[in-house]
Amino acid sequence: MNSLELVTRLRTFLPSEAVLHEKEDLRPYECDGLSAYRQTPMIVVLPQTEDEVAQILRICHASKIPVVARGAGTGLSGGALPHAEGVLLSLAKLKCILELDPVARTARVQPGVRNLAISEAAAHHGLYYAPDPSSQIACSIGGNVAENSGGVHCLKYGLTVHNILKLRVLTIEGEALEIGGGGLDAAGYDLLALMTGSEGMLGIVTEVTVKLTPRPEKAQVVLAAFDDIRKAGDAVANVIAAGIIPAGMEMMDKITTRAVEEYIHAGYNLDAAAILLCESDGAAEEVAEEIQRVNEIMMQSGAIEIRTSRDEAERLRFWAGRKAAFPAAGRVSPDYYCMDGTIPRKNLALVLSGIEALSAEYGLRCMNVFHAGDGNLHPLILYDANRPGELELTEEFGAKILQMCIQAGGTITGEHGVGIEKINQMCSQFKTGELEMFHAVKAAFDSDGLLNPGKAVPTLRRCAEHGAMHVHRGEEKFPELPRF
Amino acid sequence: MQKIIDQFADTIRAAAGDNATLLIRSGGTKDFYGNRTANPDGSEGRVLDATAYAGIVDYEPTELVVTARAGTRLADLETELRKRGQMLAFEPPHFGPGATLGGCVAAGLSGPRRASAGAVRDFVLGVRMLDGRGDDLSFGGQVMKNVAGYDVSRLMTGSMGTLGLLLDVSLKVLPLPAAELTLRLPMSEAEAIDRMNLWAGKPLPVSATCFCNGQLTFRLSGAASAVGAARAVLGGEEVAEGGAFWQSVREQTHSFFQPGKQLWRLSIKSTARPLSLPGKQLIEWGGALRWLIADPHDDADTDAVRTAIRNTAKDAGGHATLFRSDGPCAAVFHPLPPALMNISRRLKEKFDPMHIFNPGRMYPEI
Repeated sequence: MNSLELVTRLRTFLPSEAVLHEKEDLRPYECDGLSAYRQTPMIVVLPQTEDEVAQILRICHASKIPVVARGAGTGLSGGALPHAEGVLLSLAKLKCILELDPVARTARVQPGVRNLAISEAAAHHGLYYAPDPSSQIACSIGGNVAENSGGVHCLKYGLTVHNILKLRVLTIEGEALEIGGGGLDAAGYDLLALMTGSEGMLGIVTEVTVKLTPRPEKAQVVLAAFDDIRKAGDAVANVIAAGIIPAGMEMMDKITTRAVEEYIHAGYNLDAAAILLCESDGAAEEVAEEIQRVNEIMMQSGAIEIRTSRDEAERLRFWAGRKAAFPAAGRVSPDYYCMDGTIPRKNLALVLSGIEALSAEYGLRCMNVFHAGDGNLHPLILYDANRPGELELTEEFGAKILQMCIQAGGTITGEHGVGIEKINQMCSQFKTGELEMFHAVKAAFDSDGLLNPGKAVPTLRRCAEHGAMHVHRGEEKFPELPRF
Repeated sequence: MQKIIDQFADTIRAAAGDNATLLIRSGGTKDFYGNRTANPDGSEGRVLDATAYAGIVDYEPTELVVTARAGTRLADLETELRKRGQMLAFEPPHFGPGATLGGCVAAGLSGPRRASAGAVRDFVLGVRMLDGRGDDLSFGGQVMKNVAGYDVSRLMTGSMGTLGLLLDVSLKVLPLPAAELTLRLPMSEAEAIDRMNLWAGKPLPVSATCFCNGQLTFRLSGAASAVGAARAVLGGEEVAEGGAFWQSVREQTHSFFQPGKQLWRLSIKSTARPLSLPGKQLIEWGGALRWLIADPHDDADTDAVRTAIRNTAKDAGGHATLFRSDGPCAAVFHPLPPALMNISRRLKEKFDPMHIFNPGRMYPEI
């Protein structure tokens, strides 16, 4: 079927404005949040109902046309990069909150509902949806399921996989699956976990039932400055060793601290080698007790300055700097490239000194922001794409950081997903047998390989040929979104 | 230890060669759980004893992660964690001193803290396993956040050993609460269901609930100040032996769980009204877990009783498992819709193409 035949076919049940095929209409869909990779799809469809999605899938399945699902398009790994001969299936118009049950603390929503919109709808019941990826004002829950999104509070409150109860999923054949249930578990294999983080490779999510969490009574944050990044790392370990699970625990290195302070004026200590933010939330008594202990631990760990937020305004100000790290990088450098490795925290000093050495070797600055509680490191390599050769050097530098994360016992992606961006690094992290099993899992759902082909799992052939890395700059498609 | 893995792989390949099946077993504490496995000809499969592959591989308390071999005794693992002030927050039932980590993960069962802390699957970070070809595969890792590759580790959790043999498991661990207090209030079942759901919607440190015999027993966990403040709000009489009480619920030694009777596990929507089914019930997990000692009349049609229980669970948004019965059973787990069974069958084919592992233990098809 050629593209015009397909358009005609789709317009038999979709309004004409829901089927885009003119070049200028396709352009907005050519990339997601990772704009270094661009590809115009054959056509874009914007269905409004699950039934329309099913019909689209049945047609594509029958004609062997690739389908790439897209939510808000805020992803950072090119997971929603279109396929040149495929259909880009936007789920943005499926954006109804279908049901909100404040007593059972659940919300049943369509995939295009924004993450934050769920919390906003639940707010007057004293409830919220806990995972809070930095793009939460824009990103959609369907995309969160596809990427297993986290956020700064996930050490205590979990990732997407911990906060969903049920999914409605359409297979590539257009058949509906009900995965999970109304209880806390379901019969059979844990397909709910398998679907979560599967990057649109196994099925199309058309409904998500999420768990809602009671809003904590109080939150307070401790801001501690250290003259040595190792001491900051030890402070994190000491907090955990004391039996405290902070609601959030974030670290920034000196270059980051300076860049954000110039921009946000959060009041950070500019002499510090590292800044640590440690948040406590819960009942007022509990927060008071925990904050007291965190203060003591920071002091014992050698902090050169400790401040505790006195009110909500100050708490938000302390956080503002951390949340502005990515835009701050954009202010101090024409381009930057964001990495997303996770490491066992004990290897932080090792990895950071490795990054420092690489930074000197490549002559490129690197800012480090760190979800310290869960070991997720975001090095931001600063470069100038207009200088010949600098992008290539950045790519090489980035690839070496990911390699170092694997060697340190970690992973190439903590929360941004593999997508197209890190597909070569998958060859380093997994052995042939494991990659074969991933392909087999994919085939169990989608034997023709039509859903998001070429993403998330590299072919063995690609791994065999993979020598040069093709990692590009993380140019920001959504400069207005906070990225942390 | 590599030698033991090689032996396991040889056993798997030999079974494949002989067209035989393997019953994966360690402490045997969960032999009662699931369908009886059988070869197509009705003979017993070969037993693959996984106990020898034991021991903690890596435990760094400040990382909140422990990696241990599947044959490690659950009791030993929990003792090591307790020494460092930590725990398996999902409070897995042991059902006997021989319980192992592998059995715990394969069975996928969680205890009283599940509603507040999460289930075993929520804490599994990575697994190393042998598939049905005897290939040594690793998925996930030892870090909390990891989105590289499909989440095979969680797929293995609760798969009753039908997809592969677990070798190493990495789990997230949590600190033991600084303070715990168990309280009890008399009320009706309907009131208890309302109360548990109301509490769960508020920022209260309720870490376990159990309704039985007109009494709602609940546990508060957290900072001493928070436990004290919540007690003042919620009221109730203190239960002196709180720890022992929760242990008896977790291990099913509580007097409610009479041996020899049919025990059903209904995992349903927490707000579901009291279920009208013949027999006694005990409620956990804030209303989301209902245990039923089915007590049909002697002349009752057992198939009709089963159907009624399954339908009741389904209507309440969940599923029913025949958790314990007086004899071998072939339909323990709630039937899957055909579409899900098709996918499950295809997954089984990929992981265990010769159908060597625990055939039929979950469903006849897998």
